[in-house]
Amino acid sequence: MASWAGATAMIALEDIRLRQGDFRLEGALHVPAGALCALIGPSGGGKSTILNVIAGFAPAEGRVRVAGRDVSRLPPAERPVSMLFQEHNLFPELTARANVALGASLALRPPPEALARADAALAAVGLEGLGERLPAELSGGQRQRVALARALLRDRPALLLDEPFAALGPGMRREMLGLVDELRRRRGLTVILVTHDPEEARRADLAAVAAEGRFGPAMPAEALFRAPPPALRAWLGED
Amino acid sequence: MTRFRADTAAALAGGLASWAALAAVLALSFGSAGMALLHGWGALEGGAPAWRASDTRALEFTLRQAALSALISTAAAVPLARALARRRFWGRDAAIALLGAPFLLPTIVAILGVVAVWGRSGLVADAAAALGLPRPDIYGLPGVLLAHVFFNLPLATRIFLQGYAAIPAERWRLAEQLGLEGRALFARMDWPMLRESAPGAFALIFLVCVTSFAVALALGGGPRATTLELAIYQALRFDFDLARAALLALAQLGLCMALAALTLALSRARPPEPGLRARIVRRDGRGRAARATDAAALIAAGLFLGLPLGAALARGAAGLAALPAQAWPAAGRSLMVALGSATLCMALALGLATLALRLERRPWAARAVEAAGLSALAAPPFVMGMGLFLALRPLTDPFALALPITAAINAAMALPFALGLILPALRRARAEYGPLADQLGLRGLARLRAATWPALRRPLGLAAGLAAALAAGDLGVIALFAPADGPTLPLLVQRLMAGYRWDAAAGASLLLLALSFGLFLAFDLAARSLSPRAARRRGRGRGLGWRPGWRLGRGRRP
Repeated sequence: MASWAGATAMIALEDIRLRQGDFRLEGALHVPAGALCALIGPSGGGKSTILNVIAGFAPAEGRVRVAGRDVSRLPPAERPVSMLFQEHNLFPELTARANVALGASLALRPPPEALARADAALAAVGLEGLGERLPAELSGGQRQRVALARALLRDRPALLLDEPFAALGPGMRREMLGLVDELRRRRGLTVILVTHDPEEARRADLAAVAAEGRFGPAMPAEALFRAPPPALRAWLGED
Repeated sequence: MTRFRADTAAALAGGLASWAALAAVLALSFGSAGMALLHGWGALEGGAPAWRASDTRALEFTLRQAALSALISTAAAVPLARALARRRFWGRDAAIALLGAPFLLPTIVAILGVVAVWGRSGLVADAAAALGLPRPDIYGLPGVLLAHVFFNLPLATRIFLQGYAAIPAERWRLAEQLGLEGRALFARMDWPMLRESAPGAFALIFLVCVTSFAVALALGGGPRATTLELAIYQALRFDFDLARAALLALAQLGLCMALAALTLALSRARPPEPGLRARIVRRDGRGRAARATDAAALIAAGLFLGLPLGAALARGAAGLAALPAQAWPAAGRSLMVALGSATLCMALALGLATLALRLERRPWAARAVEAAGLSALAAPPFVMGMGLFLALRPLTDPFALALPITAAINAAMALPFALGLILPALRRARAEYGPLADQLGLRGLARLRAATWPALRRPLGLAAGLAAALAAGDLGVIALFAPADGPTLPLLVQRLMAGYRWDAAAGASLLLLALSFGLFLAFDLAARSLSPRAARRRGRGRGLGWRPGWRLGRGRRP
């Protein structure tokens, strides 16, 4: 088990404050480069909102740093992160190959070089030969693999996973998480994963709780579950 | 045992009523249309009324004006819908709600507004004259197009807005994350939605414009601007040439059935994809050019749709002093038609919806019942009217039955909308509360009150309001049947306009507007006020039996 104490933060949320109607969220989070950090907590606790703040979809007070750079004011496309949603990660009218190629080129007709890179990315996620299929012709797991391939092609140092595998069966979910972990290790990605599954969170390097309007800090997952804070205990039903 | 017998009797009566509703719908739409068809066919076989060159011209004009109206409405709706989808401004929600107003607006009132703006003495003509330009003449194709675009631009815009709303927020976020802009964003987000929605919108508007008698009556006419329906009207009312009217009705029926089939084939309603419904953020809306384009679309549409409405209201208010004495009895007749039509429409819709639910174990039968409810889309009201006229003529004087016939045909016309509101509500009620009600043994009125009514009351009120408002504003069937001395309010307005009594027409049209919207609101509000929450607010919950205890699944009801 790697020690993350004192490691340089790839993603740093500093003094984040956000208010959307009655919903409030505040906290800080530091995720070291190359770590897999699980965000856990009850529904409505703000886990997805934290990812939206990092990706630039939810404006918040405070500072968002990625790789040491303040990205708080950058639009989503210019932030060095890729985010995968639970659903709708693909354009339904485009083939898997064209969807992935968007990670390299936004042209209506992607250049051959972008298509070749898309094919390579599809191969990296185990989808050789399926590039000409439309999203509707792929299984749920295959669709998320396509989205993952595009994220790889975008080549951002951080990957934000907003429960993209929640709709898959347990076996497929384990397989997808294994694939993400392998890619992370091979490419040195920093990954934040929103999950409802305590077992998934335990397997992460770090974990942070979002509950009752507060989130963070990220702690070694084992340590967090060994001595859970009250919010986590309540969520786990250990009170 | 007694309860079992009562339940069996109630179920039997309900079943019979449902089948009776189906028979009534089929008789109204297919029966009357079939009558017209038989006469038309007989006329063809007998060789009595030869198809004239003027009839070919009427067919050509019908198709040309409908195609142009549909094309202009659909094309103009694209920038308007995009502007409404990607802008947030004060009054946006009200503007979108107002896009539904033309649906309820009596046709003749809108025509009066269009003439007030675009007519020879209208605002546009005055402006043209001030600039030394000739005053435009809108009678004929231009007027028909203006009125049709006025009615159908909002319809197309709403269809496209629904298309935009059906796109999940994740996909917009994905587009934003990838940095899609301009043509790339249009190609990936707007175009797929438009490609899916536009053909259906075009076909629907085309069908609406083919059967838009009132517009052709008020703004068309003459050898160069006569539609098939206007030709039927002239053959029946002026020439009393029944054989020729039936032949024209046959042509109109064939055209409408083909168009209805085409519309159904092309209208792929875009169900909202499950996903986030967060506010749309579009990068292409931030530039100066995009802001200017959106502002231009919104202002142009606001003026095009708002000015005639404003003019109709202003002239109507000024014309109230000139309101003729016949206006009040005419309003009374319209009210009777509206209430009769709404009652009949609700009875038919509830009967068909219940029957469709009963037959759900045989899906083909349930679908056939639903299709019967939509039959009015294929059988145009004028053809139904013509068929009823031919069917009743040997038995009685059809002109004496003008009001019941108008109510019945309007009920059939409103049936597709009513069924579209009521059947999903009943299905939802059964899916959500049916098993629980079964488990508790709830039957009859107790089941209706606890499990069905909460889901049904709002759609029922809305459907009844729609049916009443549409019937109150009818200027189609009534024109075929109405005796000279007993017009309804829309017919009175049309006759006053034809007699160039503009002030009186404007005053009567305001009264008609108030009647239509008043009926719609009254039914809608009545349905709302029957809610348990409203009853408790009034402090009468106990007396009516509305208690929180039976409010199953609170907060999830529409």
